[in-house]
Amino acid sequence: MCDTCGCNVTSGNRHLLETEGKFYRAEDGRVAVNVLRNLLAENDQEAAHNRAHFDAHGVLVINLMSSPGAGKTALLEATVSALRDELRIAVIEGDLETENDAERIRAQGVPAVQISTGSACHLDAHMVHDALHQTPLRELDLLFIENVGNLVCPASFDLGQHRNVTLLSVTEGDDKPAKYPVIFRAADLVLLTKTDLLAVLDDFSPAQAERHLRSLASEAPVISLSARKGQGLERWLEWLRSELAAHRERLARGETRRPAIQPEGARLHGAERPARGPAPQHHLLRR
Amino acid sequence: MHELSVCQALIDQVLGLAREHQASGVERIVLSVGPLSGVEPALLMTAYPVAAAGTVAEAADLELVQSAARVRCRGCGHEAEVPPNRLSCPACGDYHTDLMSGDELLLIRVELTTEAPAPA
Repeated sequence: MCDTCGCNVTSGNRHLLETEGKFYRAEDGRVAVNVLRNLLAENDQEAAHNRAHFDAHGVLVINLMSSPGAGKTALLEATVSALRDELRIAVIEGDLETENDAERIRAQGVPAVQISTGSACHLDAHMVHDALHQTPLRELDLLFIENVGNLVCPASFDLGQHRNVTLLSVTEGDDKPAKYPVIFRAADLVLLTKTDLLAVLDDFSPAQAERHLRSLASEAPVISLSARKGQGLERWLEWLRSELAAHRERLARGETRRPAIQPEGARLHGAERPARGPAPQHHLLRR
Repeated sequence: MHELSVCQALIDQVLGLAREHQASGVERIVLSVGPLSGVEPALLMTAYPVAAAGTVAEAADLELVQSAARVRCRGCGHEAEVPPNRLSCPACGDYHTDLMSGDELLLIRVELTTEAPAPA
């Protein structure tokens, strides 16, 4: 939704508009202003600014979200190790405290910027923007943002990324998508991690996890892997390569894309969506 | 608990509107919050007085209107209200649905006390 053309008005909130027009003086002398603006509009504007920076440098940006300990950093270590001779990669790390994750990434020989959020439970677009000043965008193909380990709050904040990847480790419950629908609905790709442990776990069914994901009307692909054992990594690396190629084609056409979850804007702007095709693309808005 | 950040963003918008209309106070704020917005209404209500303290919006009534999750099936066209973690079509079972409402996090309306004449 864009906050400017009226596509914020949905069947769920149309009745809240008491009057036509933006402004009226109520009988008791109060002035009422109809706003219909996303509460996080300022964050979204900064996110669009970040995205414009990324696009100007042709960098594909991927936001990784999961619970704490699902294996985001281990995945990045394995990914960097496999791709560093092929692609130029950097990582922005979000944690409440410590430089530990950034140090693990730097040990793989690529740049990493640590954002210490203090007590904040999520990254927002402003924090990422600050980190960009230490990130060599000009020299990159792929930038990962490792969000704070949290299955709730990170889902609400656009950072300027192009794709969201949500990790679910098999040591968690396979019903996590049903319990945390917002973050799994935002995923363009779901990774089941630590799958080498499935052999000793009798209570996690990958098929059941995928069923819960589909119940959120998600078409996101699901890839099973173990970063530690190197199992299933090739499908993930292939997904990254194809996303980067698709992103470059989009940029060549002067387009960009936001992560999943823009159905209303697309519908109300009249952009027809193929019955089973990918999420709609969005043209780059320059402010 | 990111509701405090959300509340801070709300206060910034409300104070901007109050300045724009030279308001001396904010009487009422109406928000629309969907179950898939990622924001917990009760926590937002708790966070509001903290974020609004010392501002002209301190004494405002905060009204949260909770919308329902509604989907429309791309296969059979059925439209229905659904639980936020069951977004597949309740009629035919297809998971290829579009969310019609339920992820809103919107500032709908602000009511201000002002001495200035209303703009034309």
